[in-house]
Amino acid sequence: MEGVAMGSYAAYVWTCFGLTLLVLVINEWRARARHTSVYRDIEVRIKALEGRE
Amino acid sequence: MWKWFHQLASPPHFYRIAPVFSAWLLFPGLALIAYGAYAGLFLAPADYQQGDAFRIIYVHVPSAYLSMMAYMIMAVAGGIGLIWRMKLAHSVAASAAPLGAWFTFLALATGSIWGRPMWGTWWEWADPRMMSELILLFFYFGYMALRSAIDDTAKADKASAVLALVGVVNVIIVHYSVQWWSSLHQGQTIMAEGGPAMDPAMLHPLLAMIFGFTLVFGSLLLRRTRTEVLHRERRTRWVRELVLAPEGNS
Repeated sequence: MEGVAMGSYAAYVWTCFGLTLLVLVINEWRARARHTSVYRDIEVRIKALEGRE
Repeated sequence: MWKWFHQLASPPHFYRIAPVFSAWLLFPGLALIAYGAYAGLFLAPADYQQGDAFRIIYVHVPSAYLSMMAYMIMAVAGGIGLIWRMKLAHSVAASAAPLGAWFTFLALATGSIWGRPMWGTWWEWADPRMMSELILLFFYFGYMALRSAIDDTAKADKASAVLALVGVVNVIIVHYSVQWWSSLHQGQTIMAEGGPAMDPAMLHPLLAMIFGFTLVFGSLLLRRTRTEVLHRERRTRWVRELVLAPEGNS
């Protein structure tokens, strides 16, 4: 528990590490979500064109 | 070597190989971050002046370093796109901007949180390092706003590349601000004259974090660039073949 308490600075230290983790997770999620969204849009457009032809 | 570069710059080739390189960067990067965070939080001794608050350095310094590195990548890629008209370079520049903005925000936020117990203030408007880093964030916002304001991709690439190159001056100011002016911010730690001004028990986790963050950043940049390439090439034949392939290769 002493290690987790970080002296009297636990709130500052853990907030910074938590924020960093959040930013990394958001960026990982954004990279995946954006790719899926762009790919799906292209897929729908191309398959619609194929259906028309 | 040139042949390899030309091949790499080909959008279909880049699209195919990016996930492989991305995975090679991501997993070692995450392992280094896990080690660096654990060693930085629990194994490194407390600082004799700052106590355990100094541990914020393990997330603040890598973020601040990446905030500048992302900008330099953006500017150099923009410059390459302008001079050699390499399409992939503009995709790299466009993809580096949001990542750089996130790491700049993180550097500002962790720096502000660290400043509260150490300097007694969340923010100091007169501090050159803080202000130049904030201006860096505005450069990222300006770059992204400019790109999205111009519908023509080629024009957006050119205008944003010029803005990115102009902003390099600010990156130099961010880097040297603690040497040029009196600042609340501490001076160089790792690149101090005469070698790093840190005990090895504190330094090794920091180096692991910096290297780990860089690898994860590289992985994210490759994947964002891959998506940007796909979007820009959406009307080409290779994308049509990719989408219509029976295995549904995404």
